[in-house]
This record gives sequence, C-alpha cells and structure tokens, in this order.
Amino acid sequence: MSCWVTVQDYALRSIGIGERLLPKSDFTLCQQFTLIGSGMFWNIYFGVLALMTGFFFATALAVGKNSSSAWARKPSEWFIFIFRGSPLFIQFFFAYFVFLTLKQSVPLLAPFTAAWLGALVVLFCNTAAYSGEIFYGALLSIPKGDTEAADAYGLSGWARFRRIVFPTMMRLAWPAYTNEAIFLFHATTLVFFSGFPVLRQQGDALYYASYFADKTFNPFIPYPILAFYFIILTLIVVGLFGLVNNRLNRHLPQERRTKMRFRPNIIR
Amino acid sequence: MFSYCTDPEALEGLAWLSCYLTTGKHMGLYISVVTVLVLLAITAPVALAFGFAGATAARSKFLPLRWLGKGYTSIVRGVPDIAFFMFFVIALDQGFEWLRHQVKCPDWPDAIRQGNDFVVCTAAKLPLSASPQWLHETYAFFLAVLTFAIVFGAFAANVLFGAMRAVPRPQLETAEAYGMTRRQTFWRILVPQMWVYALPGLSNLWMVLIKATPLLFLLGVEDIVYWARELGGTKNARFTDYPHGDWRMWYFFALLVFYLSFTKVSEVVLERIMKRLTHGQATSGGEAQRRANA
Repeated sequence: MSCWVTVQDYALRSIGIGERLLPKSDFTLCQQFTLIGSGMFWNIYFGVLALMTGFFFATALAVGKNSSSAWARKPSEWFIFIFRGSPLFIQFFFAYFVFLTLKQSVPLLAPFTAAWLGALVVLFCNTAAYSGEIFYGALLSIPKGDTEAADAYGLSGWARFRRIVFPTMMRLAWPAYTNEAIFLFHATTLVFFSGFPVLRQQGDALYYASYFADKTFNPFIPYPILAFYFIILTLIVVGLFGLVNNRLNRHLPQERRTKMRFRPNIIR
Repeated sequence: MFSYCTDPEALEGLAWLSCYLTTGKHMGLYISVVTVLVLLAITAPVALAFGFAGATAARSKFLPLRWLGKGYTSIVRGVPDIAFFMFFVIALDQGFEWLRHQVKCPDWPDAIRQGNDFVVCTAAKLPLSASPQWLHETYAFFLAVLTFAIVFGAFAANVLFGAMRAVPRPQLETAEAYGMTRRQTFWRILVPQMWVYALPGLSNLWMVLIKATPLLFLLGVEDIVYWARELGGTKNARFTDYPHGDWRMWYFFALLVFYLSFTKVSEVVLERIMKRLTHGQATSGGEAQRRANA
C-alpha cells in the first residue's frame, strides 16, 4: 500500500471521513505521520475557537477586575482565581461529570457531554481566565499620561475605553497573550485523556500518538512526530501573532516597540 | 472504621457519611493524597537540582556543555508537556531495561526490538517479574518522579538561567576586582544573590508543579484522579454496603477545592518568603521595604 493511499484513507480520519478501522499491525511511518497529522484537526479546532471566543470574555473579566464596584470586581476575581488556581485536567473531569449529571434532568444539554462542545466550554473559560489576568496586568500598566490626555480631550466612558484604554492594553498585553495562545494549543492535548470519550476513535494528535506508542511499544517514533507538528503549529501562531503585534505597535518609534519574546507558560 | 459502622443500612445522615468516608477504599484515596504530597516533596528539590545543573551548563565556557545546557532548557518549549510526560515514562523504562540487558545478558542472540515488541532477557526486566507488588508500584512512582524532575528541571533551568543573568554586573566586577576566581565569584557572589531574582519564576513553577500532579494519572500511578473515578462511580447495593448513584461530580468537586486551597496556601507562604528574601536587597522591592520601615 503506497503512502498516497494511506493519506487518502486516514488524512481526515479524525473527523470520521475515510477508513473506519485504524491500522492494527505493520505500522508504517507514513501511517503515523498521516494519522497524527489528522488528529491535529482537533487541536486546532479547540485552540482557535476557544481563543476567539475567550478573547472577548477575557477583556470583560479584565475590565471587571479593574472596576471600582464590588459587584463587578468580586465575580471576576473569583472566576479568575478558580480557573487559574486549579488544574485544567481536574476542570475537564469535573465539567464532564457535571454535564453528565445535568443531562439526566435536561436532555437538551446532551451535546455538552461530547468533547467538541463540552471541552470547548472548559477551554473557553480557562483561556478567558488566564488571558483576563494578562489583560488586567496590562490595564494596570497603562501609562498615566495616556488616560490623562484622554481626560483632557474630554473623552469618557465607552469612547475613552475604545480609543485609548483598549488599544494600549492590547499593545502591552500582546507578547504575554501570544504565549497564552501557544500554551492553549498545547493544553488542547489533554481533552481526550480527561473523561471526554473519544467517539469512534476520532481523537486528537496526542490520542493517535499514544495509540501508536501503545501498539508498537516504541515511543521514539510517534512522539517526535507529534512534536514536529506542534513545533510547526507554534511557529505559525508566533508568526500570526507577530503580525498583529506589528500592527498594534505601528505608531511607535522603532526602538520602543515591544519585542516578542517566545516564552510560553507551562502546564496549567 | 468506627464501632457503629457494622450495619450501614441502619445509619442515617452524618453517621452514614462518617462511615462511608472511612471505608477501606477511601483510605486508598487518602493515601493517594499523601502520594501526591510525597511526589511534590521529592520532585521539587530534584527538579531544582536538575535546573541548577542545566543553567550552570548553559553558562559554561566549554562549548559542548553549553550546547547541552541550552538544548535542555529549550527542549520543553514548543511541544506539549503532556507529550513529554507520556514519552519519558516509556522511554526511561525501556532505557533502563536496555542498559541492564547490555550488562546482564551480553551474549543474548536475538534483537531487542522484534517488530512491535521490546524484548529483553528475564534477568534484565525491571522490576523482576517475580518481585512483589509494592516494588512494581514503587518503580512506577519512581519513574513518574524522574519524569516530573526532568520536565520541570528544564523549566527551572530556564528560570535560574535568567536569574543568573539578572544579578547586577557590578557585583561580579567587584568580586573580580577583589581577585576572586571565576569559581569563587560564582559560588560566593552570584549564587547567593540570584535567588531573589529567581523566586518569582520559581514560585510560579511551584504553582505549575502543584497543578501538574493530576497528570500522574496518565503515568499509570493510582493517584487521586484514579480513586475519584473509582469511588465516585455508581455503586450497586449487591457489591457494597454503601450503594449510591454517580457521585463522580462531587468527588471531582472535592479535588477542585483541594487544589484551590493548596494553591492559595502556597501563594500566601511564597509571598512571605519573597518578603524575607527581598529584605536588604538592592532591588526596587528591597528599597520599598526600607522606605516603609524608615
């Protein structure tokens, strides 16, 4: 069986298109590359959607935590504390069993017990909490002169936030936010090891990598392949976020621009 | 456990709960909590030692050693840590068995990797198949500790490397002016001063390490996640004196609270240590303390 046939069979295996049975014996390098790469679909799906939705919630959380009203501050503080203070792994398990229990009384919630929605909700809350803290830190370090100038121009309320506070906050938070994004993609590998069932063996990249490692009893091939895919993904994320960073900093003189430092956070 | 627990069906409310929470299986859960604490207590210093070695190597003047150090510190970036955990456990196990195989059975005729199997001679098995159960469990735990130490050592090396560079240059120049050798400067000037710069990073790492402990579950150790799943599942009246429905949600809620309180306590303690370490240092934190006292 040539490699091209394998690619046709397994390239979309993680979303249920192609060959139904996973290879059982005589594993080729091509099979491992194709299947693990196919699993990356889920990592990208979870990462991209959680980031895009979490971004807005994170901004709200940061503004809430900075608010002078206790009604806005306390819930934001608690939300951030709960999701940053506990392991993501436990959050996944807890959420899964909560959804299982809820499903019995409210059948409408059944989709939440599947990974594509349930795990996405957890990742959304998690990344919102972590980025919320980053944005909050940036909010605190907005130069005093900027807000004073806004006041002098008579800007207030929404206009002041949208034109002055938000762009500066983004600019200051962006390098840290890039790391958070990279890290979120890494965290997506936990999904299928934490309660959420793998339907019809449609798992993510790590699921297939560990499948091969279990079957061949040889970790030295599948895991480096996984690493290869993730390094490429990381480079793409760094590149895309770097473009945004350049745009956010375009009004500053060259040497004052914040440099992107690739320093991902680790396990949550 | 208690004397009134002999007939669970007659119990109500709190008495039932007190009996339920002290069954033999729950003791397994409590022991696994201790396992987690032991893992943290062993891993933290070992990882710090790995990190120190890595950071020192990365600063070395000897090129290959520097490459080794830099490679180690950058190995864990870009790739999901869970992949490292799952990789190292198998890789270390096979590595040890391979080494023992080379020593104990030098004239073994067959290849070690036969297709999908990894075959070493019986004498090289680790632990020996005849050894008792507790040895197997301890070995699994030992592998987990080593894996944690390698991965977190790389993170710690990163932090320490940064901290060593953060020590003000004049401090080292002064040491040189006094005629100290490179080694003396390192041990007497650099190392004592770097901790204050390393502490924010290290405390962050400690938090991360706490939050990484549930991953023990993936390494095949019977940890709290294992027991929470085991104990929380629906229990039929035919097999147990304490039948209940699916309580896994509540068990994981308890774990969540456990971790939250653990991180909160660590946060408070680390803040105290930071306060003590910055005392008298030539940093903005130390200066602020001095002003507050003056």
